[in-house]
Amino acid sequence: MRSVSAEAPPAGAIAIETIGMTKRFGVFTALDDVSMKIEAGGFHALLGENGAGKSTFVKCIMGFYAPTRGSVLVDGREVSITNPKGAQARGLGMVYQHFTLVPSLTGAENLVIARPHVPAVIDWRAERAVLAAFMERMPFRLNLDRPVAELAAGEKQKLEIIKQLYLEARFLILDEPTSVLTPGEAEEVLGLLRAMADRGEITVLMISHKFREVEAFARTVAILRRGALAGSGRVDGLTRDAMAAMMMGARPVRKVADRTRTPDGTRDVLRIEGLRANDASGLRPIAVDGLRVRAGEIVGIAGVSGNGQKVLADVLGGQIPAEGGRVLVEGEAYDGRRAQSRAHRVRFIPEEPLRNACAPRMSVSENLAFRAFDRRAARRDEDVPARPTVWLDTGAMRRRAGALIARFGIRTASSEAPIATLSGGNVQRAVLARELTGPVNLLVVANPCFGLDFSAVSEIRGRIVAARNGGAAVLLISEDLDEILELSDRIVVMSDGRIVHEVDAAQADAQTIGRHMAGHH
Amino acid sequence: MSGLDLPGDLGLWSVLLAVIGGAIRVSTPFLFVSLGETITERSGRINLGLEGTLVFGAMSAYATAVLTGSAWAGVAVAGLAGGLFGLLHGWICRLPRVNDVALGIALMLFGSGLAFLFGKAFIQPSAPQLPAIPFGSWSDLAQVRAALQINVLFLIGAALSVFLWWALRNTRIGLVVRIVGDSTDAARAMGYDVDRVRLLATGAGGVLAGIGGAYLSLYYPGSWNEGISSGQGLMAVALVVFARWNPLACFGAALLFGGAGALGPALQSVGVSQGYYLFYAAPYVLTLGVLIATSSPNHALAGAPGELGHAK
Repeated sequence: MRSVSAEAPPAGAIAIETIGMTKRFGVFTALDDVSMKIEAGGFHALLGENGAGKSTFVKCIMGFYAPTRGSVLVDGREVSITNPKGAQARGLGMVYQHFTLVPSLTGAENLVIARPHVPAVIDWRAERAVLAAFMERMPFRLNLDRPVAELAAGEKQKLEIIKQLYLEARFLILDEPTSVLTPGEAEEVLGLLRAMADRGEITVLMISHKFREVEAFARTVAILRRGALAGSGRVDGLTRDAMAAMMMGARPVRKVADRTRTPDGTRDVLRIEGLRANDASGLRPIAVDGLRVRAGEIVGIAGVSGNGQKVLADVLGGQIPAEGGRVLVEGEAYDGRRAQSRAHRVRFIPEEPLRNACAPRMSVSENLAFRAFDRRAARRDEDVPARPTVWLDTGAMRRRAGALIARFGIRTASSEAPIATLSGGNVQRAVLARELTGPVNLLVVANPCFGLDFSAVSEIRGRIVAARNGGAAVLLISEDLDEILELSDRIVVMSDGRIVHEVDAAQADAQTIGRHMAGHH
Repeated sequence: MSGLDLPGDLGLWSVLLAVIGGAIRVSTPFLFVSLGETITERSGRINLGLEGTLVFGAMSAYATAVLTGSAWAGVAVAGLAGGLFGLLHGWICRLPRVNDVALGIALMLFGSGLAFLFGKAFIQPSAPQLPAIPFGSWSDLAQVRAALQINVLFLIGAALSVFLWWALRNTRIGLVVRIVGDSTDAARAMGYDVDRVRLLATGAGGVLAGIGGAYLSLYYPGSWNEGISSGQGLMAVALVVFARWNPLACFGAALLFGGAGALGPALQSVGVSQGYYLFYAAPYVLTLGVLIATSSPNHALAGAPGELGHAK
């Protein structure tokens, strides 16, 4: 690590103030009269649930949205920012959750082309020299000659931050930065940014919904709830309970179902032996030598995004063929075919369910019938159908959809609405309804709660635990370490395509797991 | 190969020379169309209409050359007409719910049909030809001299492929085209007008395809008729995939396809008449072979622009 102060940017940190910021989308008020003062040169946090208006708030500041009402003051002067370019010109920069880097361009190309004025012909020799000097001042090292597509998620995040500093952002907004960083990386990156903020070089506003990282890095915090400012203050003056009360408001919260029964140690439902596979780009080989999941047990696979968990999930879901090794379910070879999953009652809840588990433009009732539409139920109310059928019984499909919509609390205009019109939480509820109805022997789940709000999260986790209590073997692949720690009976860590650590949940500690996630074994 | 009666003392060498000469002669339209398509596809759009643009370019170049007496005026008009076709494709594509592939097929038929309509009157008259440089004048052998009779447009195309390869990495425009083709979100976030970049990239692609057509009617085969392209514009689009969207590789691939196209006539000239139609089919067989060889159920095509083929 080098000192950053040697050649500090020309001017120091920027202060931002909003007055009466309001944003309506139709009749829905996403942001309601938010007045907030963000002082120059500090590390600030914006805390709130999904859908609380955090993103809308910063997008109004950055000029993505035109606020319905309200104004923005930069260093005390009212300004009108109508697009992200205008924000960039005023020294405001934002690092998004989704990456804005161009995958096929190298890091250096991404940096240079992002500048407001790029010469018609780029003199790479000169640019490289400037970039090398710039990187000397940066808090972290990166290889700028590789195409961004080949970088791991954490490296991309670092490059996004570097890009903003390269563009001389002096007010930096980070949108849930730790969603793709290991605990160690988060410590490094956020720690260094905080040091820069403390020296008055930049102001940092971090969007988060995790108390832990707010307490660890931020000096002050503002809390949004349902589009309104619910409170703010110095982090060291607020207890976690106080922050939680402001964030959640008063409402009943469903608890995660308690574990009953201990895992059945004798019966391996899923066994993976010497599995080799690779994803479509051919850049993420995995080698899983041994992994087993027993009946009545949740095995959590922790890891930073891009370390092979997705490839493993795709192999189990039959989306990628294995190149070597075996996957056994109840002792028989398994490669994700429909007949096999029916015979062994394997159910699959992939990440991004709308894309990976639904046909977005087909109706909710059709989507709910994907497991069973080509079979006729022996009895009308039975969920596990028996004989193959050629003719679809749409009446039965609709009745079954109606029952599942009621039982799982799926909010939809009707069972015939396209499933793409549902919110993320309700799409996930529909997929759960389809996959968890009827007996389940093996359940493979990947990032089930990504992007869902607090109440949906606890309900979905409760259903996963309930499936375990019902005797299913559950393989839970998640990038959210808290989720893994909360749900698992046993935890394995994947790093660089391999399983590098295995521990019983009872003995697990976040620090050790984080170290393994980061590749220090 | 028994029973083969080869003329002269060159034997099979004459076939090789004829293939090399043919490669240089036949490849030029492939080269221009594929370079044009590379620009378009790098910006994230497919223009299958280039076949129609090629045919219309051939017709308009020939007609202009007949009327003005200048082959270069023909090239200019063909480029202009091709550019207009490209802009038309790009402009219609920015309308909502328009699919670039379907539109390309429509424009392919439209361009060919329009060329046949206006070209009827120009099948008979003869037009001035584009100049060629005799690089083979040092040799006594007629075959060598014939093979090294190289057209100026081929040289321009070769230089252009090097230039485009350089420009895609070293110029602002090149990087912007790549960004737009790879990630619309990123391009919009940087404030680039994605539709506008694609409109211009498709227009530029059309200009090159039109010039490729001019070569067909004004040099080789050197006349205007309705069967002049025989699908070369479509094959050039496949060739872009084969070349992995790399202009330099386009040059090599165009030579390869040109050589395959020259195989039939070359063998016929030395008296091999068996399998005549098979050899004439060589470029098409090669296209199929290339598509099969480069396809994979498991691996995405390396180098493919990320936004290519995204359905609206």
